[in-house]
Amino acid sequence: MRKKTKQLVITFSTTTAAMAMEKRAQEMGIFGRLIPLPSEISAGCGLSWKTKLEEKEKMLVFLEEEKLKWEAMYELELY
Amino acid sequence: MIYLDNAATTLQKPQAVYDAVYDAMKTLGNSGRGFSGAALGASRMIYEARRTLCDFFGGSDPSRLVFTSNATEALNMAIQGMFLPGDHVITTQLEHNSVLRPLYAMQKKGVELTIAASGQNGTADFDAIEAAIRANTKAIVCTHASNLTGNLTDMPRMGELARRHGLFLIVDASQTAGVIPIDVKQMHINVLCFTGHKSLFGPQGTGGLYIGEGAEIKPLKSGGTGVHSFLKTQPEELPEHLEAGTLNGHGIAGLLAGVQEIQKITAEEIWKKERNLMECFVAKIKQIPNVKIYGDFSDKNRCPIVSLNIAGVDSSQVSEWLLEEYEIAVRSGAHCAPLMHQYFGTQKQGMVRFSFSYYNTEKEALTAAEAIREIAEEVEA
Repeated sequence: MRKKTKQLVITFSTTTAAMAMEKRAQEMGIFGRLIPLPSEISAGCGLSWKTKLEEKEKMLVFLEEEKLKWEAMYELELY
Repeated sequence: MIYLDNAATTLQKPQAVYDAVYDAMKTLGNSGRGFSGAALGASRMIYEARRTLCDFFGGSDPSRLVFTSNATEALNMAIQGMFLPGDHVITTQLEHNSVLRPLYAMQKKGVELTIAASGQNGTADFDAIEAAIRANTKAIVCTHASNLTGNLTDMPRMGELARRHGLFLIVDASQTAGVIPIDVKQMHINVLCFTGHKSLFGPQGTGGLYIGEGAEIKPLKSGGTGVHSFLKTQPEELPEHLEAGTLNGHGIAGLLAGVQEIQKITAEEIWKKERNLMECFVAKIKQIPNVKIYGDFSDKNRCPIVSLNIAGVDSSQVSEWLLEEYEIAVRSGAHCAPLMHQYFGTQKQGMVRFSFSYYNTEKEALTAAEAIREIAEEVEA
């Protein structure tokens, strides 16, 4: 059986913002990847960034320092 | 990767399409601008594409085949260019946002709108559409097939209904052009809006409209046409009336090659193969407990699209597993069809959509079905 664990999800208001984030994250060796926006956050479509919960502080610094546009951060029980 | 997101765009195109775009970029000038071999080469190729697409859709006048950058632009041109405040327009619950959003925008400008509720399994309800007709109804705008369920709208019947009531019929053929036969005359379609990058195998950035005699569209854009340069207004003649600015000649060369390839294989053969892939997939998954398939499968005449959910699992989660663990690319979420999700009650969960192309194989369809079976066994009911 697949089990859920708590993970960190960052959302964006545009695909462009998600692309900018992914590009910088890869350049800086930041852990995580793009996934489809979980429905717990919002119905519809779009991309979000999924990473480990323990990366939260590091992510906040990274987003701030790189001046990346992001919408919100969620701690979610995901598979 | 097994690519089963062909309703979003066909990934694999005929080799002739790649070659045509490459050759066009190296040899073609700007159509309608000059008489060099390069410029005339572009004009000749674009005329050939107009003629080929006009024939392909059963049209009679290639000058009424207008190129756009996609179906959305074509639909916007028709919807924003044909109605005035006080006009009434009917659409259906099956529509994509490319139809709904321009209609909502027109509603703000005083156009009245009725969205006819769907009948069984989300299919078009002709009684509801006919009941919505008023004295000021000007048109029916509808999709030829739902991008979510794959169900077709009976277009000859819709065309007959529109004709009987003296209404324009504007059709979104995004999911059908290239795979389901379209004949604008037999179907009484006044404006056919199509995209090039799906079943017509063209590049993205191509699409267009075929405008039947009697339908007039006010231009959305104005600008250079290469003709009547001293006129202060957009020339009245089609296609220049609706084609301001340089056309995507390189893309249109690819689109032409795509349509020619379809004509070679034959549309019937393409549809038969895609339907077979879909049926293969559905036969394997329909008995799996936990799996819910949406839409009507009683009629074999449908687009090769299968949307489903596994128990209550988020469709995005399922699509992530499919990609990460099985390398199967599908689409999840809302698919820009909000009203269809309201019909099925899947606004939050979304749906996992599998869409097949002529270039998929039976083995790929069966692998996808097996992946669904495995995932369904590993989640709680």
